[in-house]
Amino acid sequence: MTVLRDLLRFSPSFRWGAMFLLVVLVLAALSFVAPYGPTERRVVPNNRPPSATYLLGTTTLGQDVFWLMTYAVRNTLIIAGLAVLIGRSIAILLGSFAGYVGGLTDRVLSALTDTFIVIPRLPLLILISFILRGNLSFVSIAVLIGLLDWAWPSKRYRSQILSLREEEFTQTAVFSGMGRLKIILREHLPFLIPFALADMVSGFLFAIGFEITLAVLGLSDLSTPTIGTMIYWATYYQSLLARRWWWFGAPIAISILIVVAFYLISTTLSTFLDPRTRLKNIAVKAGA
Amino acid sequence: MATIADIRDLRAYYITDAYGVRRTVRAVDGISLAIRRNEIYGIAGESGCGKSTLLKILLGTITPPLTVVGGSVTYTFDGMPVDMLSLSEDELRAMRWKEISYVPQGSMHVLNPVRRIRDTFRDFIGAHVRTSPRETDEMVRAYLRDLGLPDKVLGSFPHQLSGGMRQRVTIALATILSPKLILADEPTTALDVVVQRGVIQLLQEIRERERNTMVVVTHDMGVHANLTDRVAVLYAGQLVEEADTRTLFAQPRHPYTQHLIRSLPKIDDKSERVSIPGRPPALDNPPSGCRFHTRCPFAMEVCKNEVPALEQIAPSHRVACFLVSERRAEASPPAIELQA
Amino acid sequence: MHQPNGEPLLQIERLSRVFSIRQGLTTRRFLAVDQVSLALEQGRPEILAVVGESGSGKTTLARMILGLETPTSGRLIFKGRDVARLGPRERRAWFMKEVQPIFQDPFAAFSPLKKVESYLYETAYNLGGATRASVDDQVDHALTAVGLSLREVKGRYPNELSGGQLQRTAIARALITSPSLLVADEPVSMLDASLRMSIVNSFRDLKEQQGVSVIYITHDLATAYYAADRIAVMLRGWVVEHGTVEQVLGSPKHPYTQILKASVPEPDPSQKWQDKVALARPEAEEYMQAGCKFAGRCPFAMDICTRAVPKDLPVEGQTVKCHLYDPELPADQRRPDRPQIPLQMTS
Repeated sequence: MTVLRDLLRFSPSFRWGAMFLLVVLVLAALSFVAPYGPTERRVVPNNRPPSATYLLGTTTLGQDVFWLMTYAVRNTLIIAGLAVLIGRSIAILLGSFAGYVGGLTDRVLSALTDTFIVIPRLPLLILISFILRGNLSFVSIAVLIGLLDWAWPSKRYRSQILSLREEEFTQTAVFSGMGRLKIILREHLPFLIPFALADMVSGFLFAIGFEITLAVLGLSDLSTPTIGTMIYWATYYQSLLARRWWWFGAPIAISILIVVAFYLISTTLSTFLDPRTRLKNIAVKAGA
Repeated sequence: MATIADIRDLRAYYITDAYGVRRTVRAVDGISLAIRRNEIYGIAGESGCGKSTLLKILLGTITPPLTVVGGSVTYTFDGMPVDMLSLSEDELRAMRWKEISYVPQGSMHVLNPVRRIRDTFRDFIGAHVRTSPRETDEMVRAYLRDLGLPDKVLGSFPHQLSGGMRQRVTIALATILSPKLILADEPTTALDVVVQRGVIQLLQEIRERERNTMVVVTHDMGVHANLTDRVAVLYAGQLVEEADTRTLFAQPRHPYTQHLIRSLPKIDDKSERVSIPGRPPALDNPPSGCRFHTRCPFAMEVCKNEVPALEQIAPSHRVACFLVSERRAEASPPAIELQA
Repeated sequence: MHQPNGEPLLQIERLSRVFSIRQGLTTRRFLAVDQVSLALEQGRPEILAVVGESGSGKTTLARMILGLETPTSGRLIFKGRDVARLGPRERRAWFMKEVQPIFQDPFAAFSPLKKVESYLYETAYNLGGATRASVDDQVDHALTAVGLSLREVKGRYPNELSGGQLQRTAIARALITSPSLLVADEPVSMLDASLRMSIVNSFRDLKEQQGVSVIYITHDLATAYYAADRIAVMLRGWVVEHGTVEQVLGSPKHPYTQILKASVPEPDPSQKWQDKVALARPEAEEYMQAGCKFAGRCPFAMDICTRAVPKDLPVEGQTVKCHLYDPELPADQRRPDRPQIPLQMTS
């Protein structure tokens, strides 16, 4: 992990990103030691602004915003993580397979992928959520988002594999007696990993966005605290009009923090790993 | 003999300092040579000897992490010596393509793939000379015809031409404004042998017509034998031998030069050929003393500790080798044969 | 390793490969390999050089021999079996143990993310019948045959080795199964001129000491002369001349071979070229040429050359595809200025 150590030492952007991420993760971790349960109400006086006792104030329902946030962050991260895992796994499997095998298999899978791409995701999610409203747990939201997020990435993985297949070392592997699956896993996948990491980060952030959007529209599991549902309830109880900024401000701020954290980390990481950008434009002191 | 470029003790390193790791690659480490007017000067050496870096400096494209840490490069185009290293970017740009031009390795990268050859020429000439498009076209057509290229090349895109044709077009592009000095970096590598011959003959012809000077960098000794007037042999960033071509091939004195020449197969000769084991050193950590001593079959004690100086052993022959300088006292040349 | 019953190791019979290129709405067919017939010697290992410029079809021929491309017509018989008809299982079980490739760019032939020995181990386990106990020995044995050792190479990534070392590692990998035939496509053209000889010497050693035949594809006549026993010269899909390397390069009969030989830059400044060469026409034109494909640039072209495809004619032990040597050609078709045997194009 010398990569991380070097980044921490030399890249201020990475340090900021890492710090923000740490804040987010600490918040999520704190949820396990919260004095109140996630769905408890009227445990504190309501509508109090931020103060020493209530760090981020309280909601109209008598919940401590700070502790509510810890649950919200944890749940949103879980939903997004699950969604990305499901979605990208399908994408890598289908994309790699289609790309390497080619022929009829590729054409069938590509046709399937194209169908999924064409489907407008948000309206579909809204429709499904609306129909299933009331029966939606937050796990099923994650699965839903994931199942609709594999199509575009699978095309990208496919095209990566297509070009890798033409590389000479693929031929070397073939003549070393390696079977197709082994070649995809051992030869090609390592090239996909940097790409997949960046791809997953973007998928992760996208999934958070979806979760928030669904919740804000009221189409999620509203009893579970997530960043999205907090905003929903805050709007429901008109905190905007009543100038109770702490209730909707906290989740919005934290979601911005998450996006910025991941952005900084992923860009500095990829800049660091790319040998060209490491050496370019480093002006040198003459006579050294 | 008028000199067009005078390089004195040039040192240029790639210095990188990223994420706490400092690395100095001594690509050009104390090279002194002079290029005479109207000659074709060859620079020979294998990958990693610093020849491409030397060309970059001659062309003035010195961008970080490449830094010139010492020495001088003086050009004399119109009788007025100019210190190239002190020129500004604008002055360098004016100098390039009018006084100095460059034929790179891999012609595909020079020609814009989405423009026809005619347009590339127009853009290029228009940037330097004030003419109308029609005059430009005429000039280009006449020049290409002189060089033996068919007219329809003008209307083609680069990918429609064969590799050899592209290389010739690139050479035409580099020479049409009659620059005084042409720098060619591996102009024949990756070309078929018949095309290679055509390119070599083209370069010779241009030199005859325009009376300009050329520097040809290549690792292919056969090209040097057929094209150049003088050859300089580089090893690990340093000049180890320089002589006129005939002398260099007939009496190579430095063991490395002998190795380069001896390891080439010739048709009609199936006798065993041997290469020296090992490979050129990494330039960020070169060996002490003479950089070739780790591979030299004649290495002596002194070779490990001291760097041999470049000595003039004949009017047109310089060698940097302790064998040669030690043997100068003796009358006979070292007993090193060409064939194994 | 070689056929006891005297059949050639590899027999190529009238092999052709057509590529269809779609250009807009039209489709152009061109013959990358056109009716090529060659055979490796019977009974003893040999090095056959296949020489030609880019676009001559030599790489396509190599790919067909390796089974990476299917021929459009003709047959490729290796050890009595038709290569194009092998099923995937047979290929792994038998063919790949006997025939192995060596590619042009050693740095492309190994994945930059994997240690180089991984391919050697894979070959040993998958095709070489190695066990955990024997694999190190097998790999080391192959590496020693090319002048390296497992100790030197183990744990290294491709960028830690030089081009020469890496190419030798590639050859070692190919040798693990004790193949009968190596197909080397421009194995030294990416290496510095002075390093080439050590690789080419390895081929010679492998032939003499291990009985491996090599098909050595190159555009470099000098190393072809040095390394090979026999040579075939290709032009736009044809084999225009073949025979022993002393015959073909010592006294080339086909005008194209003569130009090739004359164009090799001799490392001897006292022998510079005197004549100029004609420019090659765009590839497509030469492929489409009626009659002899070389007619456009041949200094000895006759009328018949643009009309009829030349036959493969035996001339002093070589086989030459050229009308100039056709004893049945009527006198009035010949060139009045044609000498009995065409002039050499050397200076």
